[in-house]
Formats: sequence, structure tokens, C-alpha cells
Amino acid sequence: MPTTGTVTTPTGTADGVGLRGGTEPLIFEKSSPGNCAVSLPDSDVPAVEPASAIPADLLADAPPPLPEIGELQLVRHFTRLSHRLFSVDTQFYPLGSCTMKYNPRINEHAAALPGFAGLHPLAPDAMSQGALRLLFELRTWLAEVAGLDEVSLQPCAGAHGEMTGLMVIIACHRSRGQNGRTKVLTPDSSHGTNPASCTLCGRHAVPVKSNARGRVDLDDLRAKVDDETAAMMITNPSTLGLFEDQIAAIAEILHDAGAMLYLDGANMNAIMGLTRPGDFGVDVMHFNTHKTFSTPHGGGGPGAGPIAVRKHLAPFLPAPQVVKKADGTFAWDFDRPQSIGRVRSFNGQFGVLVRAWTYIRALGNSGLRQASETAVLAANYLAARLKDAYDLPYALPCMHEFVLSAVRQKARGVTGMDVAKRLIDYDIHPPTTYFPMIVPEALMIEPTETESLAVLDRFVEVMLRIAAEAESDPDALHAAPTRGYIRRADVVAGDRKPNLRWEAE
Amino acid sequence: MQYTQLTDEQRAHMLATIGVERFEELLADIPAPIRLARPLNIPAPISEPELLAELDELACSNTATHKVCFLGGGAYDHFIPTVVNALAGQSEFVTAYTPYQPEASQGSLQVFYEFQTMVCELTGMDVANASLYEGGSAVAEAVLMAAAATGKRRIVLPATVHPHYRRVVRTYLEDLPLTLVEPAMACGVADPAALAAAIDSDTACVVLQTPNFFGNVERLDQAAELAHAAGALTVACVDPIAMALLKRPGDLGADIVVAEGQPLGIPLNYGGPWVGLLAARKQFVRKMPGRLIGRTVDADGQVAYTLALQTREQHIRREKATSNVCTNQGLLAYRATIYMATMGPTGLATAARLCLNKAHYAAGRIAALDGFELVWADAPFFKEFLVRSTKRPVAQVLAAAAEKGVLAGVPMTSPHLAGRADGGLDDCFLVAVTENRTKAQIDKLVESLKA
Amino acid sequence: MASPSDRRYSKSHEWAKKDNGQVTVGISQFAVDELTDITYVELPAVGAAVRAGKAFGEIESVKATSELFSPISGKIVAVNEQLADDPGLINNDPWEAGWLIRVQPSNATELDALLDSQAYDAQAGSH
Repeated sequence: MPTTGTVTTPTGTADGVGLRGGTEPLIFEKSSPGNCAVSLPDSDVPAVEPASAIPADLLADAPPPLPEIGELQLVRHFTRLSHRLFSVDTQFYPLGSCTMKYNPRINEHAAALPGFAGLHPLAPDAMSQGALRLLFELRTWLAEVAGLDEVSLQPCAGAHGEMTGLMVIIACHRSRGQNGRTKVLTPDSSHGTNPASCTLCGRHAVPVKSNARGRVDLDDLRAKVDDETAAMMITNPSTLGLFEDQIAAIAEILHDAGAMLYLDGANMNAIMGLTRPGDFGVDVMHFNTHKTFSTPHGGGGPGAGPIAVRKHLAPFLPAPQVVKKADGTFAWDFDRPQSIGRVRSFNGQFGVLVRAWTYIRALGNSGLRQASETAVLAANYLAARLKDAYDLPYALPCMHEFVLSAVRQKARGVTGMDVAKRLIDYDIHPPTTYFPMIVPEALMIEPTETESLAVLDRFVEVMLRIAAEAESDPDALHAAPTRGYIRRADVVAGDRKPNLRWEAE
Repeated sequence: MQYTQLTDEQRAHMLATIGVERFEELLADIPAPIRLARPLNIPAPISEPELLAELDELACSNTATHKVCFLGGGAYDHFIPTVVNALAGQSEFVTAYTPYQPEASQGSLQVFYEFQTMVCELTGMDVANASLYEGGSAVAEAVLMAAAATGKRRIVLPATVHPHYRRVVRTYLEDLPLTLVEPAMACGVADPAALAAAIDSDTACVVLQTPNFFGNVERLDQAAELAHAAGALTVACVDPIAMALLKRPGDLGADIVVAEGQPLGIPLNYGGPWVGLLAARKQFVRKMPGRLIGRTVDADGQVAYTLALQTREQHIRREKATSNVCTNQGLLAYRATIYMATMGPTGLATAARLCLNKAHYAAGRIAALDGFELVWADAPFFKEFLVRSTKRPVAQVLAAAAEKGVLAGVPMTSPHLAGRADGGLDDCFLVAVTENRTKAQIDKLVESLKA
Repeated sequence: MASPSDRRYSKSHEWAKKDNGQVTVGISQFAVDELTDITYVELPAVGAAVRAGKAFGEIESVKATSELFSPISGKIVAVNEQLADDPGLINNDPWEAGWLIRVQPSNATELDALLDSQAYDAQAGSH
């Protein structure tokens, strides 16, 4: 292990990667014992001998062996790593079902305000009125976008909301003495989280087929709904980017059988202000604030997954709930005897919810609708321009996203993954690939409403060029990307002998 | 405000390319009866100066942030170095997607790999994941993981674990064939006899939080011994700052370690977003929930970081998954990583010693006041302790202190803590003292408690 | 390519081959091709009981995870220890070196209910 803090890489600087690539050494490899980037004051109270306060055999001999780094080296390390990364602020992400829209700067400003960021979660309600009011307003606005009656802001992410929503449905059935509803129907085009959430709630997922139009096969649905069905989980618009035009009939079939309709709100960006889940028969839904309401993805989180429910399910929502009292002040309400309880500690992903509030407040009612309309326009524009070069398995119009199939390219030996990886060479993030599973060589494309026409047109141009390359030079596409931060990673070797942490030699 | 950037002319051009005359034609699949025929009942758009003013007004009306904070109970006001805020705010980190495409994501993957390593170093464990939502659900995930790893069904969760965490576990277990047993406490720690009696041969795990909800240091080594003797696993829930003072759970027999990572450079944020840590011994790696990052090589033999062991995850395992977590708290994991690198062993040890000194100074001074006593005079504590008000109702004490600009503690009667199972502590409040508090502030706290 | 005719096959793509009164179990080339690069196999310990048609372990590739079903009932007398270090053996040689478990059958006639290589290739090819 180098202890001098100077590691020379062939293309880099004294202690890290240069502008032209190479590998950034790990921070542990830059550690020099004695360095420290923080300065804390001396103790202004009498020192306590640890062994006098805590049993000696529970005291550590030495602090954890964390790296020892000076501040400038620390800044360079993490700044360089931030540059080895695609991001919405630097690249276009036509990433289906993930809604990689612009994350407004004002959202970050809002969440960092000391009055929000510095607020302790157990502070008395009377001294947290601003936070409570913000949460109450967001709760009200989300209920309106959903067309449903009540919202819980507690779940941490979409999948967490899904689990919470299912728990609420199960609790409601249980209150009616219907413990035998153990089945949850999921379309064969559903997200993998849907069946996983079912398992986590002690239920089992039963797939329902799609028809040739990419919608739910109603005959198959009727055959599978029975008095053991707790709910159906549906994504609408679907993961194919299509609006389920039979949605009212689906809701009726479920409700007639005493089951409920759950909406995976992953694709809400297509329909804000145009149609509302509550108006098309949905009983419970979750939002992904990081998709629909522009909160940043942060390289994988944090998200937030508020759920909205119809009135009969409201008593079962997680507790506590933020409420407005008769005197106009805001408070946490704990008096929810039928609640499923907590799904996390404290008050939810507050900092994320501040960003969502800021976004909705900025756009307002007309802006939300315009965002959805623009997202739909952009997706249809891309689909129209790409449908001759790639296969489009389902007819247009689409909603905010569409699925292409690279089957024609596959015939030349070029897979959907090859196409996706080649996009990296053109500084575009790959679309979602191989999902939904019912489309072979799927490329799921969602441009979002925030891109300029120039970016959309360049994407088309690049996709057409790649289609031409698939004809003229398929081997080059297998080798792609050649201009990423790395070439294709050997995932097989990584999974056979997992190396999940650095260790001192 | 609006973040679209297509002109009317460009929109017309796009519609023409699509081959429709009016935008509405693109919505043909939404049946008319379910279209929303009115504007959403949400306020109209506002301009940026108006929005900033509203935000300022909301933020400023959180008057708790203007007071000196001795609140803890699972959320702590530790010092956050400026460089942590600056680096974690790099916009590429903030606006990147989940690193499913390693060729476009080496930066975030390497930070998460460094995070996993530091969490292992912090806890003394072999492997750590790239983070979970927060502490409470991390405890629940650890419990499910222990059940999957052992095939056993009984979960032992003593009353000294944070009431929120216990409530979350109860919610998670409601519809699963697992049994929850909650042994009582004695003298501010899990009662060893009750713990021993609760563990049987069908026990999947014993969960122990140390320091526990009341701030007291538990005998993790003894709980682990009891658990292992019965073939059960030990799940330790720890305070990351205390790891620079106390023996690490990996050195005391824990099999799975979880923690609320908020103290690692993450603002209080009124409860979130924070970050859940989860680490384990090597043999359980394939039962771990959440995202894992691995180091491998690329086609040219160059070092490459990538998602690892994805077959554990919900998008592959679907209904066979034992967890549905499909994110990590990326942005907060960056923060924690940068924080740990900034502090290093020396900085973290200094912070831990300051917490210990200041908490004991505060406890000593409060105990000397007329009308107050420490609830457990002999229980070892780190940065938090329970105080009994013997003369005045707690609500009155805390309200009077708040008048003087001090949030003196969390009352045990707080509805947030409903479900405590400690019996008879309603006249008490929990006081937390971090390295961020000065002697002058502690002295002010003591003054504010006087009748 | 035709599967070897010296053994029997389950519809879930395991093979079972008699060896001196014991039965060796593995997965077919077709299964390997579907799974792609295998990264991990979870097998029970020697001495564990297996039942025909019931899961006895799990196999993982980069893309998928799949349960392994026993074609025969009995007691496990050996597991392929080499797979722990080198699961790629199954990719390289599913018919011999990549075997999974060896079973002392409680009722060897169960094998008669399985498919022969021709019938198996016909059904595997029809997918």
C-alpha cells in the first residue's frame, strides 16, 4: 500500500486520473497516516476517561481504519470521480420508465434551507409549522393529481410505496374478514418489483397475459380473478408506453370480485392533469417523486414513494399522518387505530418531499399538464422518426415513452444491448434494455419534456447511424463502447469471485 | 415557472412529423369519459422570486431550528464539515441515474465501492451493501435476511431498541409466517434473563441496539453468545460515531450489522432522507438485500466497477426475492463516504471523545440540579441519557426551556414514541449532547431547566 | 446437438444417470444455453434427502436465477465440490465435469418415468 500519497498512473496526474482516462486509485490507496481533513475544537469541558464511563472490555483499542486524507486531495478525488459519470446535467438519458427529466436547481436550494435541513424530526409541532404545512399541502396536491382521497408521504421509494400499498389493501381485506385473498395479479409486462413486493407481503403474484395490442388480455384476467384475489397491480400507461384503454373494464372486473386495483405510478409523467387514476377506477397508487416530480436520482436514490388511496382504505395508511387542525395549524395525527403502523422511522423522505413541493408549486396546475403533454409529444416525435429503422412492435400513438425492438439488427448479429452500449460512444445514456420482457431485444425510450429539439434530433441521427452500422459493421458494435470510461465490464468474473471491498495488502 | 424548452414553431414541426394535426390526437387512447375536463385543483404557476419568498417563509416558520438543540432519540445534530456539503452537491453526483451501465457510471460505482469498504471498516464486518433507506427499515431488512439465512422463524427484539424500529419490524412481519418476541428491559438495558428466556432453537436472530434507544451501552458480546448457543444470528444496530470509541460489533460477535447513517454528515432533514447501513459476515453475502458494487476488469483488463450479484435483486428474482429494495440512498451514501474520508480515524475519534465528554458534563450538571435525576445512575452511556423530572411535569419543564431558547430533550410521552415498552418512564426526557454543543450552550441548558 | 442417450431427463432440464446403483444429477446443455454464464450454485450438504420433482438447490447466472429440481428421490451421497470454486465447469462440460449431486436412490424405478434423450430433445427444441 502506498503511504506517500503519490500514485502515478500512466495517463493521469500525480495522484489520480487525468482528463484522458485511466483509473482513479481508491481513496484508501491515497491514505497517508497523520493526514486529516477536519478540524475540531479542543474539549471545553473536563475530559472523561472512557474506561471510567464504559466497561473497558467494550472499548475499542483504536478507531476504525478509515483513510487519512488532506482536504485538497479529498476534493480532487471526489471531484474527479464526479466527472467519470453520466448525469442529466451533462448527458441525455432517454431511459424508459425512469423519467430522467431536468432536476431544477431551485429544488436543491429549497431542500438545503437551514429551516428545513436543520429541523429535528422530534421537534414539537408548534415549532415545525412550516414543514408540516408543506407536507400537508403536498399531501393535498398529490391526492388531486391522483384523483384519490388521502395520501401517505411516509414510504421511502417506489418499491417501498408498493409494499405499503399492498399492506394497506391486505389490512382492509382483513378488516372485512377476508384473509383468504392471497393472490395478486400482475401483467406479464410488469416491473420486477411488483411480484417481489407481493412476496414481501406474504402474497403470491399471478401473471396476466397481454394481448396483441399490448394491453391486458381481458379473457385471461376474467379467468384468473376469483375470491382469492386481493388486488391487481397495473402500470398505466404501461411499461410499453401505451395507455390501457380498457382500464375502466379492468377495474370493474376486479371490483365485482371484491378485489382492488393498484396502480404502479411509474409512468405518471404522461398523464398529469389529463386523466386521473382515481377517475379510472384505481384504489391505491404510488408516486415516484424522482420520476414525476423532478427530484434528482442521485445515482440511485433517495427517492420517495408517497401512496394515494380511496376513502375506504384511508384508515389503514401508515401512521402518523400530517393533518390541518380546526384552528388552522398543522400537526401529526397518531390516532389511527386501524393503521398498518410505520414502514420507516420518523417523518418520511422530507428533503425529497420539499423538492417535489417546490416543483409542483413552480409549475402549478397548468404547468403539470403542459409537462405531460410535452413528454407525450416528444416521445411520439422520436417514435415517428425511428420506426422505419427499428421495429416498433405496437402501433402509435404512444404516451410518454415507447418500446423499439432490435430484432432486425439481431438478424445481423447485433443485439439490443450492442445498440445501447454504442450510444455511450455518442455521449448518450443507453435506454432501458430487455424490458419489458415480452418484447424481444427491447429498447425502451423516454425523452421527457425537458429536452430541446436539437437534442431529440441528434438522438435520432445517432440511432439511425447505429442502425446503419449494424448493417455495415456489426462487429464494431459488439466492441462498443470504446469511448466510455471503461470498455464492457467482465460481470461474469465479478460475480463468480465477488470483490466487494478494498482490503489492505 | 416551466422547464420545457420547445417553441410553438417547434411543436408544430413535431406534430407535422408525427403526422397529426392537433396534439389531442396523440391522446386518442385515453377514453373520453375518464379525461379530466377541468384544470387540476392546484395553485397556478408562480415566478421564481415568489417561489423563493414562499420557501423562505415556510423554512423560517420552523422555529425549532432557531433554538439550541439537545434532541436526539435517533436523530443527531453532529458537525458536518463544509467540504462534505460542497462535494456531495457536485451536480453530476446529484443528477446521475442508478449505475446499471458501468461504462457510463464509473464515478458513482467507485464511490459506492469505497462506501462499502468504509462501512466494513467502521463495523468490523466482511461485506456491506451500497446502503438501504434508513435505520428502521434497515433493521427490518436485517431481520428478513436472518430469517432467510437460517430458515428459522422467531425474531427476538428487546424493548431497548428504538420504538420506531420496533414498530417498523412489526409492520414488515404482519403478513409473514414469522413470530416477534419482545423481551423486557432492566436497568436501562435489555434484561439478560429475559433475553435468554426469549431465545429458542427456532430463533432466527436476536436484535440488539447499542447504544440503545435510551443511550445506554448494551452487552452485545453476551447477547451474541446467547444467540449463537441457540444457533441464531446476532443483528447489531449501532451508532456510527460510537464506532470510534466502542469495540466494533464485528469484534463482539455480530453476524449482521445495521445502522442509521444520519450522523455521518447528513443533515437532520426533519427525518429524511438519511441512509441505512447494512453489513454482514462473508457467508451471508448472497442473502443480503439491496445493491452491491463489485470490482472486476473490463475487456481491456482495466479496473472496472459494476453492480454485483444482481441475481439477488428483485428485478431478476421477482417473486422469489426476499427483499423488494431496488434503490440505494445514493446521494446520502456519497455524503457518508465523503464524511468518513474527511474525518478519518483521528477526526472520528475526536468527535466521539467530545460527545462522551460533553454528554457526561451535561449529565453531571443536570443530576446536581434540584428536581432532576439520572434515571439509571450506573448505566454506561455515550452521548445520550435519560433524565427524570421529580418535581415538575416534563411538558412544563421542556416548554419553559424552549421559552429560553433551548430544546432540552425528547419527552418520553411524545406521541412519536408511542409503543415504548419500558413502563413508568413518563416523567422522563431524553437528552442528547453531540460535539456540536459548546460548554456555554450546555450551561444554558442547565440554567433553562431551573424552575 | 443431441443430448447423450446414456441417461434420462426431466422436463425441467435436469439429467439423471445411473452409476453403480447411484444416480448422478446435472443440467442439460439446453439449460446451460438458456442460463448463459453460470456464476453460483447452491447445493445441499451430503446426507440431505431429496425428493423427485422437488427443489434441491439453486443455480445463478449473470442474467437469471433458477431452482434445481431433483429427478429422483433418495439421499445425497456426494456433491460436486469443484463447483464452489469454478461454477463455469457447468458451462464448459454440463454432461460430465459439471455434474451437481450424486444420489443413493430410494426407488430407482422413478427414472423410468423420465424422458429419454430423444423425447427430451424434442420437447426442449419445441420451446
